Amino acid sequence: MSEDFIVSLLAAAITMGTPLLYAALGEVICERSGIINLGVEGMMLIGACVGFIAGNSFGSPWAGVAAAIAAGALLALIHAFLTVTLRANQVVSGLAVTLFGTGLSGYLGQDYVGQPAGAVFGKIALPVLSDIPVIGSILFKQDALVYISYFLVPLAAWYFYKTRSGLFLRAMGENPAAVDAAGINVFRLRYLYIIVGGALAGVAGAYLSLAYAPSWLENMTAGRGWIAVALVIFALWDPWRAMAGSYLFGGIDALGFNLQVLGLPVSGFILNMLPYIFTVLVLVLVLKRRGGRSAAPQALGLPYDREER
Amino acid sequence: MVTPLISMLGITKRFPGVIANNKINLELYPGEIHALLGENGSGKSTLMSILTGLYQPTEGKILVEGKETQFSSPADAIKNGIGMVHQHFKLIESFTVAENIALSDTHGSFKLDTAQIEADIAELSSYYGLKIDPHAHVWQLGVSEKQRVEILRMLYHKSKVLILDEPTAVLTPQETRELFINLRKMADNGCAVVFISHKLNEVEELADRITVLRSGVVSGHMTKEEINRASLIKMMVGRELNTNYDRKESHTGDVVLKLEKISALGDMHTLALDNVSFKIRAGEIYGIAGVSGNGQRELAEVIAGMRLAMGGKMYFGGDDFTNKTPREKIEAGISYVPEDRLGTGLAPNLSSVDNIILKEYNGRFAEGWRIKWQAAVSAAKHTVEEFDIKQGSIYQPVKMMSGGNIQKLLLGREIAAKPKLMVVLYPVRGLDIGAIEAVHKLLLKLKEQNTAILLVSEELEEIAALADRVGVMFAGKLMGEFAVQDMDIEKIGALMAGVTEDGGEGK
Repeated sequence: MSEDFIVSLLAAAITMGTPLLYAALGEVICERSGIINLGVEGMMLIGACVGFIAGNSFGSPWAGVAAAIAAGALLALIHAFLTVTLRANQVVSGLAVTLFGTGLSGYLGQDYVGQPAGAVFGKIALPVLSDIPVIGSILFKQDALVYISYFLVPLAAWYFYKTRSGLFLRAMGENPAAVDAAGINVFRLRYLYIIVGGALAGVAGAYLSLAYAPSWLENMTAGRGWIAVALVIFALWDPWRAMAGSYLFGGIDALGFNLQVLGLPVSGFILNMLPYIFTVLVLVLVLKRRGGRSAAPQALGLPYDREER
Repeated sequence: MVTPLISMLGITKRFPGVIANNKINLELYPGEIHALLGENGSGKSTLMSILTGLYQPTEGKILVEGKETQFSSPADAIKNGIGMVHQHFKLIESFTVAENIALSDTHGSFKLDTAQIEADIAELSSYYGLKIDPHAHVWQLGVSEKQRVEILRMLYHKSKVLILDEPTAVLTPQETRELFINLRKMADNGCAVVFISHKLNEVEELADRITVLRSGVVSGHMTKEEINRASLIKMMVGRELNTNYDRKESHTGDVVLKLEKISALGDMHTLALDNVSFKIRAGEIYGIAGVSGNGQRELAEVIAGMRLAMGGKMYFGGDDFTNKTPREKIEAGISYVPEDRLGTGLAPNLSSVDNIILKEYNGRFAEGWRIKWQAAVSAAKHTVEEFDIKQGSIYQPVKMMSGGNIQKLLLGREIAAKPKLMVVLYPVRGLDIGAIEAVHKLLLKLKEQNTAILLVSEELEEIAALADRVGVMFAGKLMGEFAVQDMDIEKIGALMAGVTEDGGEGK
C-alpha cells in the first residue's frame, strides 16, 4: 500500500470518526452525570434532518448546526423530564426517544430526500499547519466542525478533572446522594448535562447531513448513535479515550469503504458490517478485562429521589 | 443565658401514612455534646434530615442563633454551619480525600486549587489529630478513616453544629475512645455536637444532655448529672427490658463443621479469607466478632457454597464438603441467613407464601413440576403463627413488613427446614430492641434443638449474650479464639483492630 493511500485512509478516519466523536462526547458527559441516554440515535437523526433543512433554508451550514443543536437539546429535554423529574426507567425512555426521533425525522424530511444540499461545510486547509508532511494532510485539511472538535475534547477533559463543576459532574454519577447532601442541586445539573449531551448528538447528526454526506436520507445515521453509546464504554467515560475510540471506529469504517473501492472480492455488505462487528468485539474485550465494568459511574442508570425511604 | 445555636420548634414531618416526627422541640447550645437517643424508627434520622435540609418539615420552624431560617436544601443548612456525618457515609469511593472534601464547597473558585485544598486539610487534620492522607482514594481507606474524612469535611466548612449518626457502629472500642476525645475537643472549641445512638453506655459516657425519642415524639430529657440507665431504657422502649437471657446449660455434641485453612478471594479479587480454621459442635453457637468487611461475609458465603474456596478444606458432619454447590449444602442441612435480608435472603416483591417455598421448591412443597399450594399456604400460616410475625396478609409482598418481621420470616423459614448448621450474619442489624429480643430467643431455641450456629456480629454485647465461643476476625484472618466466659473487651478490641499481643500488626 502506498503512503498516499494510508494518508487518505487516516484523513478519512478522522472525517468518519468526527460524528461519532461528537455523539460519544455528549454521551460521556450525560453518563458522567449518572443518566444513560439511549436516545442518541434519535437525537442524531433529528439533528441531521433539521440541520439539513435549516442549512438549505438559510443557505448557511452554521444555521444548520444551530438548528441541530436546538433540535437535539429539545429531544434531550424530553429524556431529562422523563428520567429526572418522573424517574422513569432510563433505558425505556431512551429507546422511546430514539423511536420518536427516527419517526419525526422521517416525517419532517420527506420533501428533502435526495435534494442537493444548499449549504455544505467544505474542507479548509489550515495555513502552515497543513504543510506539515503527513500529519498536515491527515489532521489539517478537514472542515470547520472537525477543528472545533479538536478544541472540544481537551476542554471537556479540563472541565472534568480540573474544575469544581467538573468535580460535581463526576460525583453525581458516582453518588448523587453525596452530592445532594453537599448542597448541590442534582436535578438541575442532570437536566443541564442531558441537554448538553443531546445538543452534541444534534451536532453529530448535522455533521452527517452537512459535511460528511451533504444530503438527507431517512435513517442516514445507520446505527452510528448506537456505536457512540458503545464507544463510551470502550472509552471508560473519558473524553480523550472517546476521541481515540471514535477515530479508530472511523478508521474501520473508512477501511471497509476503501476496500470496496479497491474491488476486494468480498461482499460490500460484509465490509459495511465491519464497524458493528468491531463494536461487539470491543465490548467483549473491555468487559472481560477487570475494571472495565467498575470504571462505569456507580450510580449510572439509577433514578435519584431525595426523600426515598 | 446563652442563645442556642439551633432551636427546632414544633417540628412535625409526615410521610404518606406515617408521622415520623410529631411536634418535636430540640435546642442545641455551643460547647455541648447532645445525645439523641432512640430505637430504630423513632424518628432520630428524620429529625436530623430536616435539620440538614434534606427533608422539609410539614410543620414547625428552625431558629439559627435566635433567627428564624428556612432550610429548603442541604446548601442552606451548610451555609448556616450545620454538618452531618451520615450512618452511610456520603463519600465517593473513586475520588480522593481532597476531592471529597472539596465537593461540598459549592462557593469555591471555578478552577480547583487542589494543592491549596490539600494543604488546608493537612493543617486541620494535624490540629485535631485526625490522621489522613489527602491524596488517598476513599476506596483505599478503612471505615474509621472514612469517618475521619467525613468529620474533617465538616470542620473544613467551619460547621458549628456537628451531627454524627451512629458513629460508633463501625468502630472498634479503641477507635471509639479516640473519636470521643476528638468530639470533646470540638465541643470545647464552641461547636454543638449531636451524637445519635442507641448504645446506652456510650451515651452515658459522652453526653452532656440527652433527648430521647420514641415513635416520633420526645419521650424525655436528661442531663449528665441525672443519668439513670433504667429510666433511659424506659423512655426509649416504653417498658423495662430483659437482656440477660435465660441460657440453658449447653450440651455440645459432635463436631458439625470443621474448616481447615480455608482461603478465598473477595469481590475485588483480593485475598478475603486467609487460612481460616475452626470447628463448631452441635448445639454450640460460635460467634465471629470483628468490624464488618474483614472477611465475615466471604466466610459465610464459602460455607454456604456461594463462593469458591481457593485453598483449604471444609468438612460437614465428617464428610468433605469443600466447594459443593449451594443445593447440595442445603440438602445436607446447611442453612444460611445472609446480612442482606431483602437482597439475598428473600424476594422483596413476593409474598410470604412464595418466599417460604423459595428454597424447598423440590422438597415437601412439590409434586414433580407442580407446586403444592395447599401445603405452601398452610406452612406459611404456620410460620407466621409460630414466630409471631405481624403482617397484613401472607399474600402481600414481604417488603411491606417491618425489618423485625422480615427477619423473623427468614429465620422461621430456615428453622422450619431443621438445619444441622445455621450460618447467620448480623441478624439484628437495623432492628429495634423488641425485635432483637425475639430474634435472639429464636437463635437460642435453635441451639437447644442441637443445631450448630455460626453467628457473625459486630456487636460484642450480642456475642457475649448468645455465643459459647468467639473467634475474632481481622483482614480475613482468625486472630484469636476465646470461650465466651474468658472474653475480655480490651483484648478482643485490639484483635479486631489487627493488633496482636506482641504489639505487631497482623500475624
